[in-house]
Amino acid sequence: MTTATVGKKRASRLNFTNLFRWVVGSVAVVVIFYGSIKSVASGRLSWAQWRDLMVFGVAQGSVYALIAMGYTMVYGVLRFINFAHGEVFMSGAMIGYFVADALNRAGIWNEQPVVSLLIVLLVSMTTATSIAVILERVAYRPLRGAPRLIPLITSIGASFTLQYLFRGLFGAGTKAYPPMAAIQGKWIIFGIPILKSQVIVIGSAIVVMAGLYLFVEKTKTGRSMRAVAEDPETAALMGINVDGTIVKVFAVGGAMAGVAGALWTLVFPTVNFFSGFLPGIKAFTAAVLGGIGNIFGAMLGGVSLGMFESVGPSLVLGGYEVPAFNQLKDVVAFSALVLVLIFRPTGILGERLAQERG
Amino acid sequence: MPLFRTEGLTKSFGGLRAIDSLDMHVDEGEIVSVIGPNGAGKTTFFNLVTGLEKPDDGVIEFDGQPIVGLVPSQIIKLGIARTFQNVRLFPNMTVRENVMVSRHCRTRSGLIGAVLRTPAFRREEEETRRIAEDTLGFFGTRLVGYRLDQLALVLSYANRRRLEIARAMASSPRLLLLDEPTAGMNPRETVEITELIGKMRDEKGFTILLIEHDMRVVRGVSDRVVVIDYGRKIAEGTYEEVAQNEQVIEAYLGRPAEKGA
Amino acid sequence: MERAATAAEPLDDLLPAPVLSLQRAVRFGLIGGMAAVVVAAIGMVETFEARTLIDPFLALGLTTLYLASFTFGFVAGSPPPEREGFAKPKAGLRSLAAGAIAGVLAGVVLSAFMLLADAVNLRNIFVSVSPQLLELLTFGKGLGTGILLVLVVSTAVGVAGSAVHLIPAQVRRPIMYTVMWVLLVGLLQSVIEPVFRGLGLPSLIDVLYEEAGGLRLAGVVIVAAAVFLLSFFLGGKGRALQGRLDALPAQRRRSYISILLLVAAAIVYMIPRVVGPFLSEVLDLAGLYLLMALGLNIVIGYAGLLDLGYVAFFAVGAYTTAILTSPNSPRFTPEMTLWASLPFVVLAAALAGLLVGTPVLRMRGDYLAIVTLGFGEIARILLNSDALKETFGGAQGIINIPNMVIGPLTVRGPEVFFYPIFIFAILAGYVSLAIQNSRMGRAWMAMREDELVAETMGVNIVAAKLSAFVVGASLASIGGALFAVKVGSVFPSSFNIVVSITILVLIIVGGMGSVPGVTVGALALVALPELLREFNEYKFLMYGILLIFMMLKRPEGFIPSKRRALELHQDEVLQDAWLQIYGDEETGPQEEGV
Ligand SMILES: Nc1ncnc2c1ncn2[C@@H]1O[C@H](COP(=O)(O)OP(=O)(O)OP(=O)(O)O)[C@@H](O)[C@H]1O
Ligand SMILES: [Mg+2]
Repeated sequence: MTTATVGKKRASRLNFTNLFRWVVGSVAVVVIFYGSIKSVASGRLSWAQWRDLMVFGVAQGSVYALIAMGYTMVYGVLRFINFAHGEVFMSGAMIGYFVADALNRAGIWNEQPVVSLLIVLLVSMTTATSIAVILERVAYRPLRGAPRLIPLITSIGASFTLQYLFRGLFGAGTKAYPPMAAIQGKWIIFGIPILKSQVIVIGSAIVVMAGLYLFVEKTKTGRSMRAVAEDPETAALMGINVDGTIVKVFAVGGAMAGVAGALWTLVFPTVNFFSGFLPGIKAFTAAVLGGIGNIFGAMLGGVSLGMFESVGPSLVLGGYEVPAFNQLKDVVAFSALVLVLIFRPTGILGERLAQERG
Repeated sequence: MPLFRTEGLTKSFGGLRAIDSLDMHVDEGEIVSVIGPNGAGKTTFFNLVTGLEKPDDGVIEFDGQPIVGLVPSQIIKLGIARTFQNVRLFPNMTVRENVMVSRHCRTRSGLIGAVLRTPAFRREEEETRRIAEDTLGFFGTRLVGYRLDQLALVLSYANRRRLEIARAMASSPRLLLLDEPTAGMNPRETVEITELIGKMRDEKGFTILLIEHDMRVVRGVSDRVVVIDYGRKIAEGTYEEVAQNEQVIEAYLGRPAEKGA
Repeated sequence: MERAATAAEPLDDLLPAPVLSLQRAVRFGLIGGMAAVVVAAIGMVETFEARTLIDPFLALGLTTLYLASFTFGFVAGSPPPEREGFAKPKAGLRSLAAGAIAGVLAGVVLSAFMLLADAVNLRNIFVSVSPQLLELLTFGKGLGTGILLVLVVSTAVGVAGSAVHLIPAQVRRPIMYTVMWVLLVGLLQSVIEPVFRGLGLPSLIDVLYEEAGGLRLAGVVIVAAAVFLLSFFLGGKGRALQGRLDALPAQRRRSYISILLLVAAAIVYMIPRVVGPFLSEVLDLAGLYLLMALGLNIVIGYAGLLDLGYVAFFAVGAYTTAILTSPNSPRFTPEMTLWASLPFVVLAAALAGLLVGTPVLRMRGDYLAIVTLGFGEIARILLNSDALKETFGGAQGIINIPNMVIGPLTVRGPEVFFYPIFIFAILAGYVSLAIQNSRMGRAWMAMREDELVAETMGVNIVAAKLSAFVVGASLASIGGALFAVKVGSVFPSSFNIVVSITILVLIIVGGMGSVPGVTVGALALVALPELLREFNEYKFLMYGILLIFMMLKRPEGFIPSKRRALELHQDEVLQDAWLQIYGDEETGPQEEGV
């Protein structure tokens, strides 16, 4: 028998949905355009302030991009949203906090800032990687090949479990990282004064993502990951250990989330059990925005979303003189997700997904 | 005027022309078989007709009315119902419910009626049920009795095929599209389906367009055979005529390892 | 479904005969130990210990702790699965040994944790690992003796767990029930006492319970005897009764059923009077959740749309009611009555349903989940925002929502409010069941099964999806209206994502698409943690674990709808069925027996 040829993609669109897209699209364009022009024209923010917002957006966005790696790689291989990935990120930041606190009390934190940061980074990575791998083993592996919503619901359960496990173990209170003198203040880079912490975040994110790119493109493990993402069955026939590769995908995604966890605390130096939820969803948005399954897409999507989220409220909502528009930055981010999914569900750079099995 | 007609129908996937300027027609009450090697574009043709794919170019007319651009649910309402090559039932609904679903386009009761159990709702529900069971009765005893309340997923392969045909029939179509109804069936079941296809036209008055690889079936039921290869129509006529056709023989023999030819 | 012998059989020949493995026992012992450590470290033991089950020696804390040893002793000692061609594996001494190994190891892990907690101050990190906890874990006997006791108790409990397999089958059930009920009656003292008082049986309370909490020994004996005898003699009679009822002629059956309904109505009428205000409050909450769960059940269970932002519709209902009825609503003050506002509430929710439903019409199922989640968050943020404070009152919400008035009656207080909630929940249940077997219900299910084929078979996907969202939203909005009126005020913080997840858990645990399942789910998962305050602390953790567990082990839920029961195991079943493709149907092994 031949394979199924009824395409998933549908050529003919409903008039209703088309009309809806058209209306929403035009309204969105007009609203965004008009608001932006008004707020720029009003001159409420100076050019330097806009620039700072953008740099902040890039810093925040590079953390989103790092988290998005985990979503996008797992989705690329298993076509499954690991809803608990935000908690993987949070676990890194949380355990990192205890190490930072210990270092601080031992007096090392401000004596040896570089070493301290590296230790926190390492601990955060290790924690997040282990949690991601355990999740895969315990919760997701038994569900290979189950109908698609089943692993998704499982991962929602995993997310809840991790949140409230951490709450039970470490308490509900918000934990503040000790301040580090060495990263206060600004560096001048290309003539632009930028907060040191943001420079570190952006710089490290670039290094780590470059490393990830080389890993995926150049190493044997990376090749097998791509092969599994392309077509798991064929990969298995070619002698690739699919289960092992999937574990590695989770491990790499977890490690990226761990790095993100450590870097995030440089920008927002607090953590509690719920800290993973919003960055998690936003990173997923970033992954979709860039084109899920696509590593470059995740980078691009992360930075775009970070920028959009930091500049958007002032730029668009500010133009309409919405009071306290900064409260609405999450609304801006979620609206971005909805708009992307309505108008370009395959993202900016397009999806790269494993073939639909079964 | 033919019941169904296409003109210059074209569809490409990327660089591949799956259907290439296809002209064909089916008259009321005819049984027409579409044959061709694997990948010739037969299923794509059905997808175009039922609105699952949108043609790049060309006309599809049913009952004198152009149907390109309509959505699938509108097309079945006009009277074209189909089955799928790789049986696609609603696995977790009962046999009866599977068939009842396809009455959707012939019924109208809404949520309010269902909640208030209005007489109109009850009458319609009763009728839907009766039609579903009658249609299933077309296959003898195979799908009635205790089977009516079984989930479709527990049926045997042959019964799934039968159920899928029943589901299409119950929508009271004028044109029935059957995509390889005997694929995967054993010889006895194949003979049975062949007879049923004839009966469908004679007793139920359906016009039938059939994709089939099994030449015994094609010979058994077709008034006319249309052969396509690489999306083009390469021959048309009675079974005997196309079986003699040079191009057809070449199309089948020219590609080794084809099945059923 | 009877699994037909499949092609997997020859493989079995290659496997050794089934035996209990040491490795398994060790693994489960270690897992059990870790579970026990986690239970201790999140503070469960200490919090739960406040509730005495059986006075004076059994309290909930340590019981929960050693439940880990018991469970994993049970699992470790379970005989290996039966395989054709081999003697049926029997539980024996090996089982007990496995249970003992698991129990010892769990004890060892727990002891290691205790030693660590004693040596190092873990409290800076693990907030609950306090000296009091250590005191509790060592039974107050100091570390050395304590550890010895832990090992002994854990081993004994592990053996007890595995010994369950040795109990002859016909008494196993009564014994298990007895133990369960004794523990349950001990646990639910705060529920049972007011009920007895309401029934006018206060004397029974003193016989059963100690004043300070916990069953008396006499109480244990009474409960045990009652349950054991009942389950021994009545086991399976329920089904016989059902059979007798079914066998009656239609006319007689109908009159019997109406009598039963009348009796049920009378009982329901009595419930709030008997159980008192506190329990009524809890039942009200469970009823509200039930109402919403039935609505979400339509969206997820029937139509297969995983909506994680369902709380938004609840919020729409509550806020619309607040705005339309409260004199303190910041912008509009039409000051309608609840009943006059209800049509507008439902209308607003239906519009919200369209608003959420339209953009997700063509989205993949998993994207739909995230986007609806986003909508839920957007709703909460907007309600909370200063930007819309003029309309929704921001973080201060809207207060002074007037009471529900029915004719001359003002509905006030949890006992009276029970009735409207109950009636609306019943209505929602009726609507769910009525729709299930209707044209639209079938269209939804077809869409859930295979969207593309449903559309090809004539289902208008746009209409089907939007109507599912609208019906679900309407039910949630009625829940929201009742909630607003009951509490008398609305605040954005009540409309949190955890509400959506809680409702999801109810549906999943009860059984997707199953109305009875959702009902039991609401009672067990919403009411119980409210009744036992100490559970509330760990409620969401349990929800999370339940979600994972259900998906791994029982995706069809505990009380599955008939239809759904086989569904989620379909891959398995299909595999069987696929093996038959080329087999002759009449002569081949019958795959159709359910
Ligand atoms: N959605 C699609 N996207 C890309 N290519 C497609 C798609 N659907 C069909 N094709 C291609 O179009 C060609 C025709 O396919 P089609 O399924 O119509 O063949 P067929 O005649 O039905 O073959 P068979 O006898 O094997 O069923 C094939 O080469 C197929 O790969
Ligand atoms: Mg085909």
